[in-house]
Amino acid sequence: MRPTTYSLLLLFLSFSAFAGVLPEDRIDVLYHRYDGGGVKVDGPSVLIRKKLNESVALNANYYVDMVTSASIDVQMISGASQYKERRVQRSIGADWLRGKTTYTASYINSDEGDYIADTMNLGISEDMFGDLTTVSLGYSRGWDKVGRNVNHHLDPAFGQKNADHQSWRVGLSQILTKHLITGLNFEVQTSEGYLQNPYRQVRVCDLPPPNCTDYTLEPEVYPHTHTTNAASVDARYFLPYRAALHGNYRYGHDTWGIGSHTFELEYVHPWRSWTFEVGGRYYAQNAADFYADIFPFSRSQNFEARDRNLSDFASYSGHLGVTYDFKLPWSWLHGLSINLFGDYIQYKYNDFRNPLDRSLTPFEQPLYDVNAYVVRFFVAGYL
Amino acid sequence: MQVRRASAYSLLAITLMANLSGCGHIEPWVKPYERSAFADPIMSADRNPASSSYIDHVHEVREAARGASGSAGGGCGCD
Repeated sequence: MRPTTYSLLLLFLSFSAFAGVLPEDRIDVLYHRYDGGGVKVDGPSVLIRKKLNESVALNANYYVDMVTSASIDVQMISGASQYKERRVQRSIGADWLRGKTTYTASYINSDEGDYIADTMNLGISEDMFGDLTTVSLGYSRGWDKVGRNVNHHLDPAFGQKNADHQSWRVGLSQILTKHLITGLNFEVQTSEGYLQNPYRQVRVCDLPPPNCTDYTLEPEVYPHTHTTNAASVDARYFLPYRAALHGNYRYGHDTWGIGSHTFELEYVHPWRSWTFEVGGRYYAQNAADFYADIFPFSRSQNFEARDRNLSDFASYSGHLGVTYDFKLPWSWLHGLSINLFGDYIQYKYNDFRNPLDRSLTPFEQPLYDVNAYVVRFFVAGYL
Repeated sequence: MQVRRASAYSLLAITLMANLSGCGHIEPWVKPYERSAFADPIMSADRNPASSSYIDHVHEVREAARGASGSAGGGCGCD
């Protein structure tokens, strides 16, 4: 028996029975929009959560991304043309409550034509020590099929590549005082297979530095394995005048040499039927070992990447949100909320230059940054 | 090797949880009637699930960091 299978078997056999809480019955209808760096993504998301009885709840989500992209990578590789694509994600899940133990299972399918991902998630959580402590464990397995489109059709010469993913999660939630709850999470994710983007290319100097005046393009080459470790700590504090303060810090490190820090802070303030929220987020990472904005000569390394997600950068974001709650008299719908959330995100890249002005040498081109706006408008019905 | 190590961590965590679940005699220092703050929706970590999973996705596809967010996600090739 493989260690993973053995772990899962033990996981489902090693708990005694107590009582927890299933998620509330609700339906969310959401419109989302991201606009930044020449990329616009919008679409709907519909989520339904419904209890079948006192111990079983089901959930389903239908989510669409409509992408129009003329990002800096697209412009560098294919000139000024933009592309459009549609990604549809469907998921179903179930929660089973047995005493104080909750078992969860879900399946997610994501299809964007040239990239199909199937993911299975299993989880278990248990309340213990007088319900002051909740311990949770989770395991995910994902299977991705990667293709490449040429003129809106899959390229038979490229064929189909595969990427497999696994993740293990451990979480601990602890009530510390009457107003403070904290959490610790740890997760290991491993990926194997074709992990690069089949469209993205690296820049290579026309002449070895320091004589480099222009660049040519070559396909990226990534390692076939990737393992990430991440740990986070969060705290939620209930203020004396009925408001809440949430804080979160996450540290991540991976086998590609990337280390990252994420800080988040949010303040939630209800007033009559309104709820206002304001928050901020800071994220910073260093570059992957095999990342470079430009390589000195062709195939100067075994692995080469120019994905700005793997570069040295920081992002700063601010969040504002407002919710209005209605109480309704019907047994089948006892409440409704209307929500509008807006986020502003600034990405500042420290080693990724704007390659479009070719009158400048690659080392004189300006560093790139992106200002993005994210809008979420949704209606939630409480069943 | 990393996969084996992760499996070993899982086994260790499971064993720890199984042992801890038998320790039912610790006196709760916050009594059940003192926990009204945690029942308030503004304290919920999962207050708006569709909305929060979307913004997590926005960050995840533009950053190298992944995981330890307390929830499970799915894969995509979106970037």
